[in-house]
Amino acid sequence: MSQKIIVDPITRIEGHLRVEVVVDENNVVKEAYSGSTLWRGIEVIVKGRDPRDAGFLTQRICGVCTFSHYKAGIVAVENALGITPPLNALLTRTLMNSALFLHDHIVHFYQLHALDWVDIVSALSADVKKASDLAFTFTPNPYATGADKLLEVQKRVKTFVDKGNLGPFANAYYGHPTYRLSPEENLIALSHYLECLRVQRIIAQCMAIFGAKNPHPQSLTVGGVTCIMDLLSPARMGEYLEKFKEVADFVNRAYYPDLIMAGKKYATEASVVNDVGVPNLFTFKEFQLGANEWLFESGIIKNGDLSKVYEVEEDKITEEATHSWYKNDAPLHPYDGETEPNYTGLVDGESIDHHGKVVKTKNFNTAGKYSWIKAPRYDGEAMQVGPLANIAVNYVKGNKYVVPVVDEFLKVTGLPITAVLSTLGRTATRCIEAKVIADNALTAFNNLVENLKTDQSTCAPYVIDPNKEYKGRYMGHVPRGTLSHWCRIKNGVIENWQAVVPSTWNASPKDSKGKGGSYEECLIGLKIADVKQPLEIIRKIHSYDPCIACAVHVMDTKGNNLSEYKVSVNV
Amino acid sequence: MTFKELEARLKELESLPSMKGNSSIPKALEEAGFSRRDFMKWAGAMTAFLALPASFTPMVARAAELTDRVPVIWLHMAECTGCSESLLRSDTPTIDSLIFDYISLEYHETVMAASGWQAEENLESAIEKYKGNYFLMVEGGIPVGETENYLTIGAHAKTGRQIATEACNNAKAILAIGTCSSFGGIQAAHPNPSNAKPLHKITNKEVINVPGCPPSEKNIVGNVLQFLLFGKPALDVYNRPKWAYGLRIHDLCERRGHFDAGEFVEHFGDEGAKNGYCLYKVGCKGPYTFNNCSRERFNQHTSWPIQAGHGCIGCSEPNFWDTMQPFEKPLASHQFNSVFGGLGSDAMADKIGIGVLCLTGVAIAAHAAIATMKKGNEE
Ligand code: SF4
Ligand code: SF4
Repeated sequence: MSQKIIVDPITRIEGHLRVEVVVDENNVVKEAYSGSTLWRGIEVIVKGRDPRDAGFLTQRICGVCTFSHYKAGIVAVENALGITPPLNALLTRTLMNSALFLHDHIVHFYQLHALDWVDIVSALSADVKKASDLAFTFTPNPYATGADKLLEVQKRVKTFVDKGNLGPFANAYYGHPTYRLSPEENLIALSHYLECLRVQRIIAQCMAIFGAKNPHPQSLTVGGVTCIMDLLSPARMGEYLEKFKEVADFVNRAYYPDLIMAGKKYATEASVVNDVGVPNLFTFKEFQLGANEWLFESGIIKNGDLSKVYEVEEDKITEEATHSWYKNDAPLHPYDGETEPNYTGLVDGESIDHHGKVVKTKNFNTAGKYSWIKAPRYDGEAMQVGPLANIAVNYVKGNKYVVPVVDEFLKVTGLPITAVLSTLGRTATRCIEAKVIADNALTAFNNLVENLKTDQSTCAPYVIDPNKEYKGRYMGHVPRGTLSHWCRIKNGVIENWQAVVPSTWNASPKDSKGKGGSYEECLIGLKIADVKQPLEIIRKIHSYDPCIACAVHVMDTKGNNLSEYKVSVNV
Repeated sequence: MTFKELEARLKELESLPSMKGNSSIPKALEEAGFSRRDFMKWAGAMTAFLALPASFTPMVARAAELTDRVPVIWLHMAECTGCSESLLRSDTPTIDSLIFDYISLEYHETVMAASGWQAEENLESAIEKYKGNYFLMVEGGIPVGETENYLTIGAHAKTGRQIATEACNNAKAILAIGTCSSFGGIQAAHPNPSNAKPLHKITNKEVINVPGCPPSEKNIVGNVLQFLLFGKPALDVYNRPKWAYGLRIHDLCERRGHFDAGEFVEHFGDEGAKNGYCLYKVGCKGPYTFNNCSRERFNQHTSWPIQAGHGCIGCSEPNFWDTMQPFEKPLASHQFNSVFGGLGSDAMADKIGIGVLCLTGVAIAAHAAIATMKKGNEE
């Protein structure tokens, strides 16, 4: 007999996401559906406005990857106008982007994902001395794992647990049978969890040095950046350098060793290995380090075949809405996207609850439409994007920054390269990506300092001719994967805007051929130990670092009257 | 508020049971390596931040110590999570973040461990257990009307409006965190396709607005302290606490001297930009925006928009996405929707910005004009 399990809300993510699975009598997942239950419509709102404002509006797609959509919104307009910002501006953007990636990846690993791997309660019974020694087996210079430090961490958490009110940690899946770390290992990770709360503020400051604030920085402008005074101040530049190094150190001495620790233990946990999800991998070049040099390259891997990388052809991208709450179902290229909300709601159904009882619920209408997320496809195929795709593609391409880190990680953990294609791999490649950035992003810093000696330009001039039509796009790689924004400008205002975002690729519902996105695909075949505590589902979904607000958008408002926007009211 | 009243209020708080069992904030501070002296220093800074006279320092310290009496429920509606992210930036190892450790955060989707049914159960039991006693903090706009179900949460697909209303009904105090829950925010910008509304439009209970996109971490923490001290703080016409939103960005701006001297950045990246001239002509909305950014900055004082060479976009004002655009042009010269429905502040701004410079009298007149208009606009 098959039963349904609904997980809603999926917490520790950005946005509102629901997952429904159908399990058989052995608790093995037979079918899976993921959908977003919130729609905000930012692409509708951008239309009819001054193209220079687009970046500010698109930035509010997400407050977590708070720089990604800002940059995308600005670059799409620059691309449309046919301008290239001065090198100083491009490199400054790389420095802000490095801060974003490091912030995002460490916060994801510790604050959002760690509780899926680390059992806090178990850390209380750890032998502090043993844990402190153990830390040296993962790195020669452990971070915040001296016996005195660990004792303090243990005490702090014990007070917390003893008072019986766990606050935000209440009602989690403690003691779940698929947790694999020893009490000592849990304690090491817990110490880093607390350290990360401090370190993430420092890397946020790195963004704020050039960006004014974080979240939602405010120093990009079409044509360049505005923070010229900061760039010309040696004190400001020094501040970035010092803070960046401090965080890079945390990545190397805490995050990376913790990954090795978890990688070794979880390599034998069936629920996190051999579940690639969608095996087609797609990434795009990002992190300009110098005039003509990038840290990561573009490429596509088909069907999990790690022997060949294909070039990206942008014309092959489409989005469709067969199972999404929009009107036109047909696949269309983003420049010509058409979407109007068509909310058909949920239907009466049942699910097992947290007591194991079958109760009446509202369920997805899986035969019809069931998500605010559309289904992007590349050449008709679903794609997986994110650090997994980025690191795999760059590894196969022989990227000199990526290959040594991956080889070292595989050697130490004893895992084969194919292990990358799994839940564990998604979590591991995120850390590898962070390490590659931590170790190399300062090349951009050095090149910027060098360039400023002879060239202090930060903005390219441009005109927006109201009699001309423009179209342009941004394509790149952001913390959650490949992001693209596509825009058309007409009469001097935005005529059409569309964002095809990482979480749309990964969290896509089924397409007209019945093929799902990577969230859905990776859940199929999963065995759940306890239907009342579906930790395995959460762990898998979290491994993508879901960002659902950003996956939910509308590209075109045919039928919406936007004319009031185009009236020129000169007071 | 007099000292006596404050005393009574803190006593009342003290009489509530501590939610942290046998530990207390002073003890926790000590464990985290803070001396009493450090703590009083912090309280002094916080007193100044809250725009209170120095004699209030011991009261602020006591209020901080009493944060362990406050259960908090934090809801996510239609939003980008930027406000939660901002809260995460509250600085540690200083005391601000400890306060958030000490508040009993009963429900917060971005940080809580539980998911799905377990998460829903946490929310329901917190509302039940702390009925009439918890702080409610809400992030995000709320779709209502025919599009109410554009946001649903939980296996029973309750709408955001239902959940928020229910949580409001049983709350002791309600804070709308961010421009989205204060005024609707980005999703409510024209043409507001999901019909998103601010929190105060869906409940009859009083809502204190803490706008900003997002508000600084200090304004979030500060408002919790403010509430502990005074209950309802003094509010402006938009229900923003006056201590934080009483002054315009322009009033304390570091580039103000250049404004008064008529020295402007004409284009981003020009000589004026290198010299830190006023950003009015490249669109700064500082003269129309009430917030404390020019004094407090962001990310532990690292910077703020005008320091980084970009104008203020007015993110703590109602409907700023529509009224303040385009962001990189002075209001008077834009061709889109005009601020305050074109009531005349555009013309006024142009006078202060480009026309009659150095006449502080005019600037004050503009300030007064804006304030009156706001009163007039109040619903
Ligand atoms: S106010 Fe701004 S930061 Fe906060 S949720 Fe809304 S858009 Fe995001
Ligand atoms: S107009 Fe803006 S930059 Fe100029 S003084 Fe006022 S707030 Fe500062």
